Parts: sequence; structure tokens; C-alpha cells
Amino acid sequence: MAAAVTQPAVGVAGTALTVRGLERRFGHVRALCGIDFALGEGDSLAVFGPNGAGKTTLLRVVAGLLLPHRGEVLLDGVPPGRADEAHRRRVGLIAHYSLLYDGLTAAENLRFYARLYGLRDRAAVERALEGVGLAGRSGDLVATFSRGMVQRLAIARALLHEPRVVLLDEPFSGLDQRAAAVLRDLLLRLRAERRTMVLVTHNIDEGLELATHVAIQVAGRFAEFGPAAGDLAAYRDRYSEATAGRA
Amino acid sequence: MRDLVRVAWAIAAKDVLLEFRSRTAFASALVFTALVLAILNFARDPTAVSAHSLAPGALWITFTFAGMLGLNRAFGLERENRALDGLLLSPASRTAVYVGKVAANLVFVGAVEAVALPLFALFFNVPVVPVLGPLVLVIALATLGFVAVGTLMSSMAVNTRLAELMLPVLLLPFLVPPVTAAVQLTAHLFAGRPFSAAFGWLRLLLGYDVIFVAACILLFESTIEE
Repeated sequence: MAAAVTQPAVGVAGTALTVRGLERRFGHVRALCGIDFALGEGDSLAVFGPNGAGKTTLLRVVAGLLLPHRGEVLLDGVPPGRADEAHRRRVGLIAHYSLLYDGLTAAENLRFYARLYGLRDRAAVERALEGVGLAGRSGDLVATFSRGMVQRLAIARALLHEPRVVLLDEPFSGLDQRAAAVLRDLLLRLRAERRTMVLVTHNIDEGLELATHVAIQVAGRFAEFGPAAGDLAAYRDRYSEATAGRA
Repeated sequence: MRDLVRVAWAIAAKDVLLEFRSRTAFASALVFTALVLAILNFARDPTAVSAHSLAPGALWITFTFAGMLGLNRAFGLERENRALDGLLLSPASRTAVYVGKVAANLVFVGAVEAVALPLFALFFNVPVVPVLGPLVLVIALATLGFVAVGTLMSSMAVNTRLAELMLPVLLLPFLVPPVTAAVQLTAHLFAGRPFSAAFGWLRLLLGYDVIFVAACILLFESTIEE
């Protein structure tokens, strides 16, 4: 691996999201081995890597869905255990799966999640549906939606409680051009609102467009981490080099 | 406490609505109930085995296995699109999630029992009406224990490859005390013996409910977290 590994500065003060020495195993397989990074408010990190690099595991640990075997995740410098509910309130996850109920309508799904998050603003659900262009289908069952519509509703669900840290796992996969454009606009808006984002993707162009920082994850480690500045072709070469024989 | 009730209510209402729309588990449980009661009734030789001696066992076999169909669905619903992750990502307390699931399962099992009891009375020709009050008490207590433990086991089985098969394997050993007590109490009632003569079994049922409801609430978080 010829590419230089830039070790991220791992601090707490002034950082929105700090990940320190994260390790997670599944049986004998080490999915994460010593991941460190820190993002400030408004920073967005794009994580690239081949299949099986542990990118989804990283997001699930940061979201609190998986407990790490070693290391910790801090939001605004606070580790979970101490304020678990507050931790979950600050995070939104757009996952591979929609986390929606096919037997409920779009509005019922969002209303259900609004209740779980204790949202008192009744208009929040309507605003969220309008934000992803689904206001006209709010009364339809999710089972009748196309893949793109489900993905848009999943985005509305993840952002309903206005999380400060947004985690996105391959958010563009399966989207048609229109849905991808809606999502891109939404992510740019989140960046403008200074939300902190971690985006896992295979699409280097989109990742570099949306992120302020980029990382290449290989076999559970960050082979590279740094600011997103730089030319695309050079970055592609470094990515190919770092992931050679792993994809 | 208000948050717990709000979240538990939201989860229970959602589960009941989903079941009401699909009616898959409910319909299966009813078909199963009718089938079991019919088979047990017609397989019995009326000259050798009286309806009264077979009835308590038949009733609780039916309730137990029909109820299990609903328990399987409790967390099966959350497997679809990995909705369970959505519950776990939310700030809802794990206790509220558990209580909500138990409440939805109680509605489901209660509804199945409400339909099964008249069917049972019809097939076995036992005098249910004169003992309806104490019988409902026995059914309620046994169902609470059964559902409390079954919901916990369902949450453990949901992430296994053969969840539908795993649930009975995990659950049935834990059901021996409440079902035995319920069968004994039901037999007392149908035989017209005084309810007071079976207080030992009633105490067992009450004790089981208190211990297992508390234990399941405490254990739920550790079974659901990965």
C-alpha cells in the first residue's frame, strides 16, 4: 500500500463527532480495527472502500446499533453511556434498508417515528414528506412505492427529528436520476445547515462533491483520511492502489 | 413514566394496526384453533374419555399453540426492512419497546382466546358460562405470563435463521409452570369444585407472573442489543 496514511487528529473539544480506537469483531473476523477520526460541526466525511471493508459496521457502531468491542464514539465530546437517549436523538441513519413498515402509509410511518422521538410538532410529518416530494402520496401504503420512493421516505424518516449527525449508507443506490437529484439537494442543504455527515459510498464523484473530508477504508482500517481537496483522477489512482486485490 | 406509556402505546397501536390490515397471524390462529378443537373432540372416544376430563388440556393446548403464532409475528414484523433498527435508533427506552410489544401481543392472544372459548364450549359441551368470571381470571393470569415470556423469547429468536422454529424451542420449557397451573385451575372450575381448593395453583400463577414480568423487563435490553 503505497498511499500515505494521514492519521486524523482525534480531539474532543469543538468536535461534533469523535471516534476513538474503534474495534468490532464478528466471531474471528475483525470488521473494525482501530478507527480514529474527528469531525467538527458542518464537516462531512465520505468513506470509500471495497465490499467487506467494514464501512456499514462503522456506521452502525457510530449510530449505536452495534456496541464496539473497544474504543468509543463521542457526540459533542460526550460518550454514549452517560446520555444514551440524547445520543440517539442527535443521530439520524439512512441505512441500506428503509426501516419502514410496508403495511403502513407514508404518513403513518412518519407519525409513528415522530411519536418515538417525542416530536410535538404535528406539521413536522407534512414538512418531511414535502421535503422529499412525497406529500401527494402520504396516504398510500409503502408497499405500493417504487424503490426510489421508499428511499426518499427513508430519508424523510431519518431526518424527521432534525439530527445534528447524519449517517448515510450508500444513499444513492437504487435511485433514479430524479430521486438522486432530490437526495443531492437535500445533502447539500444539510451541509449548508452545518450538520455533520458521514457518507459511505462507492461513488467517488458524488462522495468528493458532498464531503469536506474523505477516507478510504480497507479491511477495517482507514488507509487514508484527509480533506476532500485534490484532483479526482489522482484520488481515483490512490483509491485503486489502496484497495488493490481487495474489491 | 409518561414517555414510557406514550412510546408503548405507539408501538402497540402500530402492531395492532398492521395485524388488522393483514390479518395473517389472526386468521392462521383461528384456523388452527378450530382444527385442533375439532380433531381433539372427534378423536375422543366418548365412552372411554369424558369431555370434562379432556376439556382443560384441550383448551390450554389450543391457547398455547395458537398464541405462539402471534408471538412469532411480534418481532417478525420488525424484521421487514429491518424496522427493528428504527426502533433501536430512536430514543425510546427499551422497556417501553418491550411493554408496547407485550401490550400488542396481549391484544392478539386475547382476541384469539375470545373467539376460541365459545368454539371450545361448543365442541366440548362444557358449562363455561357458570364459571366465566373465575375462568377469565385464570385465562388472564396465564396469558400475561405466557405473553411476557413469549415476547422476550420472540426478541431473542428474531435474529436467528429459523426464528419460527426457535421460538417454541426456547419458549415451551418456560410455559410448563403457568400452563400446568392453568390446566389444574380450569379442571377445578369445570368439575364444579370450589375455587378456594385450588389456591395453591392460583398462587403459582400469580408468582410466575410477578417474577417473569419483572425478569423479562430487566432482561429485554440485553437480548435486543447487538
